[in-house]
Amino acid sequence: MMNPLKELFGGAMTPGVLGVFGHLDDTARAVKDLKADGREDFTVFSPVPRHELEDAIDRPNSSVRMYTLIGGIAGCSIGAWITLYMSWDWPTQVGGKPIGSIPPYVVIMFEMTVLFGALNTLVGVALNALRAARREGTIPYDPRFSNDKFGVFVPCGPDKAGATEAWLKQHGAEEVRRA
Amino acid sequence: MAQTTASGTSGVRVTYDYVTRVIHKTLGDPTKGYFALLGVAVGLLTIGIICLLFLLRYGLGLAGYSHPVYWAVFITCFVFWVGIAHSGTLISAILFLFRSAWRTAVYRVAEAMTVFAVMTAGLFPLIHIGRQWYFYWLVPYPNERGLWPNFKSPLIWDEFAIGTYFTVSTCFLIMGLIPDIAAVRDLATGWRKKLYALTSLGWRGTNEQWRHYSRGYLYLAALATPLVLSVHSVVSWDFAMAQVPAWHETIFAPYFVAGAIYSGVAMVISLLVPIRKLFHLEEVVTIRHFENLAKLCLLTGMIVGFAYATEYFIAWYGGPTPEHKAFYYRAFGPFWWAGWTMNVCNWFLPWILWFKKVRTNLTALFVISIFVNVGMWFERFTLIAIHLAGEPFEPFVKAGYNPTWADWGIMAGSFGWFFMWFLLFVKNFPAVSISEVKEVLPPPVRSGKGAH
Repeated sequence: MMNPLKELFGGAMTPGVLGVFGHLDDTARAVKDLKADGREDFTVFSPVPRHELEDAIDRPNSSVRMYTLIGGIAGCSIGAWITLYMSWDWPTQVGGKPIGSIPPYVVIMFEMTVLFGALNTLVGVALNALRAARREGTIPYDPRFSNDKFGVFVPCGPDKAGATEAWLKQHGAEEVRRA
Repeated sequence: MAQTTASGTSGVRVTYDYVTRVIHKTLGDPTKGYFALLGVAVGLLTIGIICLLFLLRYGLGLAGYSHPVYWAVFITCFVFWVGIAHSGTLISAILFLFRSAWRTAVYRVAEAMTVFAVMTAGLFPLIHIGRQWYFYWLVPYPNERGLWPNFKSPLIWDEFAIGTYFTVSTCFLIMGLIPDIAAVRDLATGWRKKLYALTSLGWRGTNEQWRHYSRGYLYLAALATPLVLSVHSVVSWDFAMAQVPAWHETIFAPYFVAGAIYSGVAMVISLLVPIRKLFHLEEVVTIRHFENLAKLCLLTGMIVGFAYATEYFIAWYGGPTPEHKAFYYRAFGPFWWAGWTMNVCNWFLPWILWFKKVRTNLTALFVISIFVNVGMWFERFTLIAIHLAGEPFEPFVKAGYNPTWADWGIMAGSFGWFFMWFLLFVKNFPAVSISEVKEVLPPPVRSGKGAH
């Protein structure tokens, strides 16, 4: 039976070479040299986020921040809308205060800002992860990458696999594996 | 090779691999001791459920309410558990933004505690309303007359604040868990491997995953930071907006926030001392971590003590007012024992944390943390039930309030509920963050320079 998730995220393997590194500085140097060669299609695996790798990979800031901002603004607006609309929909004077009294409603607006901002941040992370997953599902993985090893996967055709293996070993890879 | 390890307290070399394996080991088969603790928790919960069933059948009269004391043990427990929840987000979000490295070993326990404490706190307004089957009246939708909720009421603010806090702290906990679940997934076998494969959501630690994840985590922390300060402020306004003497105070928001963090940090110590011993985490959760927690406890304890002193001073300085009478009632009235338990445990006891020897002695810290939690429960009880019993608006009323077996039983049940979830969590998910502990270790490097 067809598995739609498998079809979507687990397509045919991308041909290339996976290098397993034991040292952070070797990994960062390999990434820098790949970038210097004009390559952007590689994937780096790491058990922890390290700024040495981030600097070497040199990708733009994540778009997640826009999700947070939009969620926060939407939450604040919804908070203002529900409090003011509901107050005026059935006007009842409470505690001698105006019907649409802003100061007490600031609390609701604030909480809604945080709630929607946080939820939309998660949506942003999830959507970005899903977008990346389509490609990442087709490249090899090593369970040691979540423990103490770093990895670099370089896509290449079978004709260049030998040269790529040698290049990765030269940069300190402890193991190389063809996909 | 240089700088690839850090030495633990006993000289063990703490490497990335060591951290993964030692934390993975905590998820092994449960021991008899674990089942005994879980049994106690489930037993307490059963007592609570039985008492609650009686309360449902015979009504709130069983709970010892007596005019004018209609906010008592249940609201005390609500505020107590919301307070417990506070240090979790403080440690995970605020200290994260301050780049405080020591938080990495303790924040997961604090964060899990936060989520389960809010889950516990949330039960009490529902129990307190009496007719629990109408709980949905709290939701902002119009009743049959088209009347909306009153958004000027601090009780509605509270509902939004607690709901938001629960949602955001749960998101924060789950998000932090993802890379760690992936780490234990790659070592696990059997049903645990399936569970972790499902819950790690396909995490592989690729550069694209870390890029978005790190940003998302940062923004969640940035949002959670003002939230943690706002939630207990809003809880304090449940009281401060009312006209009851000893409630109607402008200092309540910072006073409550400091008290909440104080009790929460004490609870983290109470939970972490046995977990460290039972799970053999001595190299990961060190004495330095406990000392820092004790310092946090000391700081917030001093703020709480200052708030108590301010309250008494203002009541005295204000002359013979209802406020004056209320504080006299707190100190020398029929419930003096509750007021003085609070003073001794919260105000005077933390002073011994000024001594480094106490801060680095785990037995002493554990005992002090229990006293602080007892004191913080009595603080809320004094503030809520005792000040209502002593309110001066109806001088002819002599409140004979006393909590009943139903109050105590449901309170015991709340502890059972909290500890049951907590124990289930620490045995099935990493109780210490694997990736963040690794982040503060020197990474494996060949050259011996550059990494820090």
